[in-house]
This record gives sequence, structure tokens and C-alpha cells, in this order.
Amino acid sequence: MAEYMVFIWDDEAAWAKADAGTIAANQAEHEEFIARNAAALRGGNRLHPSGMSTSIRRGADGGVAISDGAFAETKEVIGGYYLIDAADLDEALRIAVQVPAWFGGVEVRPVWTVGSLAAQ
Amino acid sequence: MDPCIAAAVAEAHRRDWGFVLAATARITRDLDAAEDCVQDAYAQALAAWPVQGVPARPAAWLTVVARRKAMNLIRRNDTLSRKLPLLAGAAAAPGPADDDYTAADTIPDDRLRLIFTCCHPALAAEARVALTLRLLCGLTTSEVASAFLVSEPTMAARITRAKKKIAATRIPYRVPPPSELPDRLAAVLDVVHLLFTTGHTAPAGQSLQRRDLAERALDLARMLRQLLPDDPAVAGLLALILLTDARRHTRTATDGQLILLADQDRTRWDRAEIDEGLALIRAALEHRPPTRYALMAAIAAVHAAAPRWEATDWQQITDLYDALIQIWPSPVVALNRAIAIGEARGPQAGLAALDDLATEPQLAGYHYLPAARAEFLRRLHRTGDARLAYQEARLLADNPVEQDFLTRRISELDA
Repeated sequence: MAEYMVFIWDDEAAWAKADAGTIAANQAEHEEFIARNAAALRGGNRLHPSGMSTSIRRGADGGVAISDGAFAETKEVIGGYYLIDAADLDEALRIAVQVPAWFGGVEVRPVWTVGSLAAQ
Repeated sequence: MDPCIAAAVAEAHRRDWGFVLAATARITRDLDAAEDCVQDAYAQALAAWPVQGVPARPAAWLTVVARRKAMNLIRRNDTLSRKLPLLAGAAAAPGPADDDYTAADTIPDDRLRLIFTCCHPALAAEARVALTLRLLCGLTTSEVASAFLVSEPTMAARITRAKKKIAATRIPYRVPPPSELPDRLAAVLDVVHLLFTTGHTAPAGQSLQRRDLAERALDLARMLRQLLPDDPAVAGLLALILLTDARRHTRTATDGQLILLADQDRTRWDRAEIDEGLALIRAALEHRPPTRYALMAAIAAVHAAAPRWEATDWQQITDLYDALIQIWPSPVVALNRAIAIGEARGPQAGLAALDDLATEPQLAGYHYLPAARAEFLRRLHRTGDARLAYQEARLLADNPVEQDFLTRRISELDA
């Protein structure tokens, strides 16, 4: 078994314009997804919009700069995530393909656990 | 070294590399380690076969030797399974006893697993082709690099990165379940088809064809047909490759000049490949709707059936392109359809069909579009317009053989 992180990349502008019905239907799809894949799910949640982000960068002089906003300006931002367990990439993709992402898509990345890092 | 032995090893390398590697990867569960073991097995064959003779079944001999090396590797280093990234899904299968080469019949043919891993959609398209050539066909990194006109370090980095992704993301070593098979097989067929077209008309370089690549593609298509005998998409691709490859001896003159389909000596087409291709078409077209490669094969079959260019059933070809464009709406298909319309209904109709494609962005820079326009303009005796179109095509063509052909066409206009 391995862990995979499923990032939900969404267009925030589209969500900002979405009506209450769209938001409720999306919410229902997520609840359905969670119920259907409960055995594989290790965690997951939605995130506040990227406008709520605070970024920290380290300068060459060793100083720390704290700024308002996301790390990179992109149309699609990470709006939520699931952490899943799967035997291999195909199984992870079979789960990830069910993740609702109405105004974007999802990205699947294997978790590189710190334990296995030490072993290598 | 006895040249017969060297030839036998070379033949076994070409024919059996993929089989031996696929079987060994099940033991090592790591592609790099499997490659090392298989390489060692071939080296051992070079030393052993001159003494004990070429075995009756070289693939079985090589597989047993490579798998024994893999077992030793694991025994010597029992941390291997923890230390190295593992191929997911490659549960080690019990093999025959160490020295029992005859029991090698029981070695499962894992080449399908291997090709589905190499052509996984999570890998970049160029990496799929490179891995397939390297792991299924046994080409060296340098050979793969020269096939795709990139430097050896670039290709080595591409292959290393792809193998790392297979291990890190656990791309499984497994044939996909039936529900996923059609999509995943389509990705495999696209790789084999790309290899064939790259070999059939090399994008650059001094000669029009790269026979080594075309032959590898044919080998792979035959392998898929053998392993998936009931699949219509596989039958379609193999038929397409055979029917296209059958024209290989007639596409260039002895001086290397390009000869168009219209002017080829059809008596020199490879009848054995045509017959084999035609026999597959029926199986390929049984599936409804027919697959893209089956329709392309059917078009090639209509050409193969015509004794002369003028005797071609262009209406049937136009109908087949109409069907093809429904399932595969590509601008290149639209271009070929326009050419078929011109042959079926006259150059004016062909020109009109080509003009519909003039604003197609994907065809901008594609030299076959102005070349096709030039041909119809020539037949309409619009010599000045034809010359301009040929000149445009020549500017856009990359292959020197095709450039020479277009130069000749221009000088024929002036004659």
C-alpha cells in the first residue's frame, strides 16, 4: 500500500460566481465520494480561498519575508485535497477520477514518507 | 567468434529481449536490475553457446539464466527488496528449477505487462516510445536517442526519469482489467503506430525510411496480435502496418528519389505482407464502430487492390475517410479526405475541399497541404499558382528526399 495526495485544482473565479445550488450540489458530490471511498480515505478537506493564504519566503540574506497571497499566481489554485491509500497508481487514479472538481481538475502525487526517505 | 554463434545471439537479442526482460522483471521487481540481469545473460550466451552449441530454444535458455542471476542478486542482497523501489503488482512468480531449461514452457509471457507499463498514460508520450524501444526491443540508449534525433544524455535523462516515475508512483506491472483495457490499449497502439510512421517516413536525416524502426514496430504489432488475438484494434493496426510496409521497396528510386503512390511499380509491392494484411482486415472491421486503425488499414487495402493508380476505387476511399473523420476528426485526416475527393470527383472539387482547410491552424506549416494544392493546380493547368504552392511546400518540408522531389516537380512545370 502507498499513500497518494489528491490535489483539487479549481478556478476560484468560477466558484465566486457559482450560485447556491451549484455549491450545494458540489458539496453533496463530495459527501457521496467520501462515503463511497471511506475505506481508502486517510484525510481530506477543503481550503479557504487563496486570498486567505500567507506566503513565507526566505531571502538570500537569510531573512524571512512574509506576504499576503498564494505562493504562485495561477488561474487554478488548490481548493482542497484528499489523502488516500492505494496499492498502486492505477488504483489511486480509479479513486481520484471520482473526485468532484467542477471548475478544474485533480492532480495525484505519491506521498514520499519521511520514514522511507531515511531508509533510502 | 564463430559468425553463426554471433548471428544466433544477435537474432535472440532482437527477437527475445522483451520476453526475457519481462520475465526477469517479475523476479527483480525493479526494471534497472532486470536490465542488468538480462544483459548478463546475453553476455553469458556469447561465452557458452560456442562451447555447448546454440540451445534449441534460445529464449528459454536466456530467461532461465537471467532469472537465476536475478534470484542470486536477491539472495546476495536480501535488503534489495527494501532498498530499491519496487514494481507494483509484480509478485514474483515461481519459475522452473535452476537448470531445467525444458520447463521454461511454464514461464508466463509477461510482455503484455511490460508494454502496458511502458505505455502508461501517466508517462510523457515521448517517454512511452523511448521505454518501449529500450525495454521491449532492447535498443541501447544511444540507438533510441538517434531514432528520435536527440542527444544521448537527453535520452538517458528521459528514460531515467520515466523509470523513476514508474517506481515512485507505483505504476503497476499488470495488464489492465477489461473495463480499462480499450483506453489503455489505445495508448499502446499509438506508440507502436508512431514508431512505424517514424520509421516509414523519417522526419529528418538523409534517407526517407528508417527500416530498423519500421521493423521493430512490425515486430511489436505481431507480438500484440499473438498476445491479444481477439482484439479488433490490434488486428487493425497490424493490418495497417503490413499494408503500408508492403510498399517499402517502391517508395524511392535507386538514386534515393521519392516516388509517389501514383507512380510506384505495384508489381514490386510485397504480396506476402499484403495478403497477411488483407486477411486481418475482416477481423479488424468486425468491431462496430470500426477502430481508427482498422479504417486506415481498409484505405490501404483499397490501394493494395488497385493494379494501377488510375484504377483505384476513389469513391470507396472517400467513403472510408468520411467514416474515419467521424471517429477521428484530425486535420490530417481531413487533408487526406480532400485529396481523395479530388481523385474521385476531379481537381476542381479537390481544390475546393483543400481550400476549406486553409485556415486550419494545425495544418499551418504542414508541407503536404501546399503540395496537394500544387498537384490539383497543376492538373488544372494553373502553372503559376502550382509553382507557388510547390515552392511553399518545399520551404516547409524537412526531409531532404521530399525536398528534392518538390524541386523536381517545380522543374517539370517549367518543362
